Amino acid sequence: MIEMVDVWKTYPNGVMALNGIDVYIEKGEFVYVVGPSGAGKSTFIKCMYREEKPTQGSIIINGTNLAKVKERQIPKVRRKIGVIFQDFKLLPRLTVYENVAFALEVIEESPKVIRERVMEVLDLVKLKNKARMFPDELSGGEQQRVSIARSIVNHPPVVIADEPTGNLDPETAWEIMDIFKEINARGTTVVMATHNKEIVNTITKRVIAIEGGRIVRDEAKGDYGYED
Amino acid sequence: MKIRTLKRHFVEAFKSMGRNGWMSFASISAVTVTLLLVSVFLAILLNINYIASQIEDDVQIRAYIERTEKPERYDAYKQELEKLGKVKTVEYQSKEEGLDELIESLGDEGEAFSSLKNENPLRDAFIIYTEKPQDTAAVAKEVEKFKFVNKVEYGQGTVEKLFKVTDVARNVGIVLVLGLVFTAMFLISNTIKLTIVTRRREIEIMKLVGATNGFIRWPFFIEGFALGVAGAILPIVVITVGYQAIFDIVNQKLGTVFIELLPVTPLIPQLALLMILIGGVIGVWGSLTSVRKFLKI
Repeated sequence: MIEMVDVWKTYPNGVMALNGIDVYIEKGEFVYVVGPSGAGKSTFIKCMYREEKPTQGSIIINGTNLAKVKERQIPKVRRKIGVIFQDFKLLPRLTVYENVAFALEVIEESPKVIRERVMEVLDLVKLKNKARMFPDELSGGEQQRVSIARSIVNHPPVVIADEPTGNLDPETAWEIMDIFKEINARGTTVVMATHNKEIVNTITKRVIAIEGGRIVRDEAKGDYGYED
Repeated sequence: MKIRTLKRHFVEAFKSMGRNGWMSFASISAVTVTLLLVSVFLAILLNINYIASQIEDDVQIRAYIERTEKPERYDAYKQELEKLGKVKTVEYQSKEEGLDELIESLGDEGEAFSSLKNENPLRDAFIIYTEKPQDTAAVAKEVEKFKFVNKVEYGQGTVEKLFKVTDVARNVGIVLVLGLVFTAMFLISNTIKLTIVTRRREIEIMKLVGATNGFIRWPFFIEGFALGVAGAILPIVVITVGYQAIFDIVNQKLGTVFIELLPVTPLIPQLALLMILIGGVIGVWGSLTSVRKFLKI
C-alpha cells in the first residue's frame, strides 16, 4: 500500500530532514507517527502527499512512485490520498457543503453523485444540519470534521493526517478520533502524525517514532513513548 | 473538460463575484473610470482626425491658364497634368464657372461682382487634387513649370500651417489615448491582482485537494472577463448618450459650416465593441497573470 525505500530529504537550506527512511504500511493499517518537534515527522508526512519531493529514494503509494511523478500528474496522485491538516485548510468562501463537494468537482463527478456522496459523508461526520454554513461560523472541531469529510468523500484508499487534533480541546479530539476509527474500520489506511500522548496510549495502534530523520522505533501495538 | 465542469466554473465565478461584493465593485469601478476616459478621448481623437481630413481634402491647386492659349489645346494640357505623379484628379473650370463660384461663395456681398460677368477678369483654370493632401505644395511646383500655366494658387503658406496643425492634433491625440490605455491596464490589473492575492491561500488549498491548474484557473478567467465587461457597460451608456447629444448640437448649430462630426453609427457601435474588448482582455489578463504566481505549489 505505502512503501518507502531509503528516502532522504535535504532542504535547499541544508537541513537534513529525512535520513534514510524505510517503511512498509499494509492496506487498512492505522499508523501513528510520533517524535519530537523538528525530528522530520512533518517532512515524512508531506512526502506522502507529494508536497515535498524526496531528494533520494522511492515512495510508492497506490502503485505510483511519488519520487518520480511528473508535476502535471500531482493532482491525480492527490485525488487518491485524503489529507487532513492541523489548521483544517478549508476554503473560507465556500460553505461546508461546497468545501466537501470541491473534492468531487475536481474529478468531474456528476452533480447527482456529488449530492449523494457529500450528504453521505456529512452524515458520517454529523454535520448534515450545518451544510449551508461557512467555515468561520463553525467551531474548531466542526471545521476539522468538514475537512475529514472532504478528505474521504472520494473514497481514497489512504488518509494522511498531520496533527489533526493539534488545535482542538481534548474532548473534541476524542470525537475526531472516533471518526478516524470509523474510517479505518471501513478499510481505509490511516497515517496520523500526532503529539497527543493520551490518544496514542489509549487507542493503541502501530507506532512509528521518528528522530533525527530516522525511524527509531516501529511497534505493532506501541505507545507514545515520550514525556510531554 | 466536461460540459458540466464548464458550467460549474461559470457558477463558481459568479458566486465568487457575489460573495466578494466589495472587491468586485472595486474592480468594476476601476475598469469603468478608465474606459470612460479612454472612450471619450478616443471619440475626440477620431473626430479630430475626421475633421482634419475634411479640411485637408478641401485643399486644391488652381492652375490658371495663359490667356494666349487656345481652348482647343486644353484637353491635351489636362492629359499632361494628369500624367504627373501624385495627382488624383484634374478638372477644367472655365472663367465663367470660376466667377459663378466666387459670387456664390461670397454670398450677399457677391452680388456686387455680378456686373463683372461681361468683363470677366478671371482666367480659365485647371483644378487639381493630389492623392495625398500633404503633396499639394510639391505638385504645385511641378504644375507651375508648364508653359501654359500662368499662375498657381493653392493657399501658399496657409496650407503648410494647416498640415502642421492637423499633424500635431493627431499625434497629441494618439499619445493621449495610448497613455490612457496603458494607465488603464496598469490600474485594472492591479485592482484585480489585489482581489486575487487575498485568495492565495485558497489556491494552495485547492491544489492540495487535487485540483489541476486549469481547474483553478477557469473560474478566475471567467470572473476577470465578466468584471472587465461589466466595467465597460457604464462607459458605453455614457458615450452613446453623450455623443448623440453633442452630435445633434454640432449639426444643428454648425451644420452649415464646413465642419461635420463622425456619424453616430458606425462610430458608437464600434467604440462600444472596442470597450467591451479592452475591458474583457484587461480583466482576463489581470486575473490570469496574478493566478499564475500562486499556481506553483
